[in-house]
Amino acid sequence: MEKPILEMKSITKEFPGVKALDDVTFSVRKGEIHCLVGENGAGKSTLMKVLSGVHPYGSYSGDIFVEGELQKFNSIRESENAGIAIIYQELALIPELSVYENIFLGNELTNGIVIDSNESIKQAVEILKKVGLDVNPLTKIKDLGVGKQQLVEIAKALKKEVKILILDEPTAALNETDSDNLLHLIQGLKDQGVTCILISHKLREVLAIADTVTVLRDGKTVVTLDAHKDVVNEPILIKHMVGRSIDNVYPKREKKPFGKETLRLEKWCAYSYALGRDILKEINLNVHAGEIVGIAGLMGSGRTELAKSIFGNPDHFRVSGKVFIDGVEQKFRDPADAIKASLAYVTEDRKGNGLILIDDVRHNITLANLKEITEGGVINENEEILVANQYRTQLGIKTPSIEQKVRNLSGGNQQKVSLGKWLFVHPGVLILDEPTRGIDVGAKYEIYTLMNSLVDQGMSILMISSELPEILGMSDRIYVMSAGRINGEMPAEDATQEAIMELAVDY
Amino acid sequence: MEDSKQTTSKTDRFKSLLDIMKMNISDYFMFFALVVIMIFFTITTDGVFISSRNISNLINQMGYIAVLAVGMTLIIVIRHIELSVGYLAGFLGAFAAIAMTFWGWPVFAVIPAVMVLGMLAGMLTATPVAKLGVPAFVSTMAAGLVYRGALLLVTMGTGTIVIRDPIFNAIGNGFIPDLPFLGGILPGRHKLTLIFGLIAIILYIISAIRGRKTKKSYNFTVTNPGLFIVQLVVISALIGYIAWILSGYNGISWSLVILMLVVLVFQFITTKTPLGRHIYAVGGNPEAAELSGISVSKITYIVFGAMGLLASLSGIMYASRLRSATTTAGLGFETDAIAAAFVGGVSAAGGVGTIIGSIIGALVMMSLTSGMNLMGIDISIQYIVRGLVLVLAVVFDRITRRNR
Repeated sequence: MEKPILEMKSITKEFPGVKALDDVTFSVRKGEIHCLVGENGAGKSTLMKVLSGVHPYGSYSGDIFVEGELQKFNSIRESENAGIAIIYQELALIPELSVYENIFLGNELTNGIVIDSNESIKQAVEILKKVGLDVNPLTKIKDLGVGKQQLVEIAKALKKEVKILILDEPTAALNETDSDNLLHLIQGLKDQGVTCILISHKLREVLAIADTVTVLRDGKTVVTLDAHKDVVNEPILIKHMVGRSIDNVYPKREKKPFGKETLRLEKWCAYSYALGRDILKEINLNVHAGEIVGIAGLMGSGRTELAKSIFGNPDHFRVSGKVFIDGVEQKFRDPADAIKASLAYVTEDRKGNGLILIDDVRHNITLANLKEITEGGVINENEEILVANQYRTQLGIKTPSIEQKVRNLSGGNQQKVSLGKWLFVHPGVLILDEPTRGIDVGAKYEIYTLMNSLVDQGMSILMISSELPEILGMSDRIYVMSAGRINGEMPAEDATQEAIMELAVDY
Repeated sequence: MEDSKQTTSKTDRFKSLLDIMKMNISDYFMFFALVVIMIFFTITTDGVFISSRNISNLINQMGYIAVLAVGMTLIIVIRHIELSVGYLAGFLGAFAAIAMTFWGWPVFAVIPAVMVLGMLAGMLTATPVAKLGVPAFVSTMAAGLVYRGALLLVTMGTGTIVIRDPIFNAIGNGFIPDLPFLGGILPGRHKLTLIFGLIAIILYIISAIRGRKTKKSYNFTVTNPGLFIVQLVVISALIGYIAWILSGYNGISWSLVILMLVVLVFQFITTKTPLGRHIYAVGGNPEAAELSGISVSKITYIVFGAMGLLASLSGIMYASRLRSATTTAGLGFETDAIAAAFVGGVSAAGGVGTIIGSIIGALVMMSLTSGMNLMGIDISIQYIVRGLVLVLAVVFDRITRRNR
């Protein structure tokens, strides 16, 4: 057996009031792909931050050995010099700069004083070859798709000699094709002798490429499994992650006849001035009371744009066509109008445009419907506390108090706050955009259960999702979008992942 | 058994109180800093600083900056900046002077007219910001240049315009009248000021007890009775002490009346109404606010309009204090207002900052000026000290916030 390239021994890291890591031991063999899995808040990212020097030596207890040598990293730069590169979930590229400028950002090649562009470009081409990315290094980052941006990020990490490459949720924002490319690339890097540590929620990916899997739970190492010797499959991993086995990922709901049609679109089109092209083309769809309608499609197929254009069109697309709510045609000038007509939209990007992160749970929950708790022009804060606590209990939001700032909550709990906010407007039609992105298995299950109880009470749900199993597991009916149009519609019983993908990639 | 339960809950409460204090240290820090600064100057000036006369002067000098700081707080909360308000105040002061002196308008027509004008000016400046996303830095700087030119233009023929209206001049220099029939009691004290102080204390106590009762009726936990009484006593004593100091000179000035009204109204709006929530939501995350049904452009208009209105008040207070409109009126007001807001804990990243905080910020800056003047410290050193205090306050704020 090969000697470990990395050993982290008895790592304990405390934040005020929380033990994020509790005596974690983590060992990686040279040249393997080692996956790190666990629920949100299990300590994966913290462990990697300790390793990469974001949390400097002395702020944690325990020892880190790289190739047998004790390391005391005080900064990212020191860990980089030791051959450790980390790529975060959120891309750290500058959109207005070109590919090669981004690759050499912070380590510009100079002739003494002036940047040597020619040499930089030449080297950039070489590095881009390594990651199999065929773009002009002079292209601006903003003109690349997310998948290619991710590759540039990796190229940036690879410009130095890298022994250990850490990828934190690299495929979270990628569609299936880009994800597959990336996974191939990681396997290619392994062949070139780079050791990879991969943090991922997507267990199928983990199963596909991992040599070893380590599961963290509540800041502790639960188990390390060798994919080539031990039995490793999805149920086993989930069981270790949550400490219980989830028999059914998608809770069943009783089939009931649907109610009246609540939302209908007729020849709905949108044109984006920013992009200078049509983004939605003649969309016809409908949703009934008590029905969950799934919208599948690849990244860029116009799903989020569809949701936003219905929901008062805050991006000011030029729209045409008709929207009917409960059979009545509506023309929304802004989201406020849409909310009044009993629509609610839980956004895809809860941090970016869903929540006020610097504000507390209470204020976030009531924000979209303050009038319900306002008497004579004054907000009744006592009523507000009742409301916030009610949703906290109903949705199982794990927070020390409703006065907690939302940014201090985990992803799953943030998503629940976002849901609570939109349930408080008492919507008839709830649009969920990637409702379980980046949240852990346990919280997912809770959200699915909640969705079932909502439709059971007669609400309509329009669910946009990139995760095909989720679309199949939760929807009653499925629309597949591609390039701004609806390419197909099918009842969930007849749908398969293959059938959906065929429609999604058919332009 | 029962007893031990009691003690644990008490220690728990004490612990949670400590936690709350730790959490809010940056919120209260500037208040403590203000007290320390005031004690420092009181010692170094042998008590002159805390004398009734000096405190009264300090408040009158601060008034026209403090009202601007209130508006600036909201501007910065929604992630913008307003660089035109200094000259807007100067220009509107001159407009008031001209209207009264040359056009013969009565003072009670001039004041509302100027206020409306200020509000419109603010909303005009906001238009490119709200509609086209032009940076407020540019839009308001341009507006400032225009107002500066306008001020020079209207005062070009006459130079300084002297204002003779006694009512107008009382705004910046006058005090509320006293009750003549109480002459015998407490000689040398302004009785009406003391009565107002007493009324304020009573109102405060009643509202605090009421709030506590409603909370109880909702079955929420309330601060324990001992702590609650301590809080009542401390704040009542503070109000009483301020009233006592003011009563030793001429009592409450009209400037202070205006400032208190402005603070009350804006404090109420920002903390108790949906509009206030919307303002902080827009500051905290404009996109999320828009998707929550809040019109970001409407809020931008409202906040800039309010700022313009407050600039008009500032201009009136300043012209009244000088009893004239001058060509340089308003010079640098915006900088002082921005400094007060930042010292008071406003964050340039948006969504954070309180009205009371900015008033404390204005008091800190004005106390420094007043105290150093009394100590005979040269103006050059004064600027340096004020600059250092500004940066220290913001640095401290950053550090304490990062740990949360």
